[in-house]
Amino acid sequence: MTIEDLSVGVDLVDISEVAKSVKRFGDKYLRRVYTEHEIACCKGPPDVAAGSLAARFAAKEATLKVLRPDGARPDWRSIEVVRLPNGSCKLRLRGAAARLAVERGLGPFALSMTHEAGLAAAVVVSGSASGYGGEPTMEGHEP
Amino acid sequence: MSEEPTLKDQIRQVLAEHARLAVPIGTLDDHADLFLAGMTSHASVNVMLALEDRFEIEFPESMLRKSTFQSVAAIDAALSELQSVSA
Repeated sequence: MTIEDLSVGVDLVDISEVAKSVKRFGDKYLRRVYTEHEIACCKGPPDVAAGSLAARFAAKEATLKVLRPDGARPDWRSIEVVRLPNGSCKLRLRGAAARLAVERGLGPFALSMTHEAGLAAAVVVSGSASGYGGEPTMEGHEP
Repeated sequence: MSEEPTLKDQIRQVLAEHARLAVPIGTLDDHADLFLAGMTSHASVNVMLALEDRFEIEFPESMLRKSTFQSVAAIDAALSELQSVSA
């Protein structure tokens, strides 16, 4: 695999804007953008929860920058940040996002998120299935 | 007697409240690019939810594209399409 086989996406989100959205739109905002798992992972005092949610929103947008949809963008919930038992996070794609990844020959995906000083950021790096000498598959994704 | 606000007037009101534009919405024409005017991806989610609340509609996944929320004219066209379907 060469550097040309990598795709990178990055996004930055203002945490106070996410806090305002939760306050203004409540469950409608949460359930339109985040999965049940993500919502469960972001419980806590409003300020702390907003930071975690903002990092996840940044992860979704960074992933979209890698997927580069031509037409309709995949539902935000089709790009999920999954927290593993050891506390690390990884991306799980399903539905339209997973299909787009396969069409583009993208994967596997690496994710890094952070939030501090009012801002949340995420970086997503994807390899290219062709860069590994293999065909793109739905492995690791859900249809 | 005051006139009823038009659809575009109502869209502009939602944008003024939720789009976080770098310039006043009144300075932009109907075809100005809202993302170039400072609307972030996250702000566009708020715009979408506020439009859904105001017009009692829901944007289907097929309309979740950047171009749907790119300008006042684009939002006007999307809302008109949704309202004609639900009428």
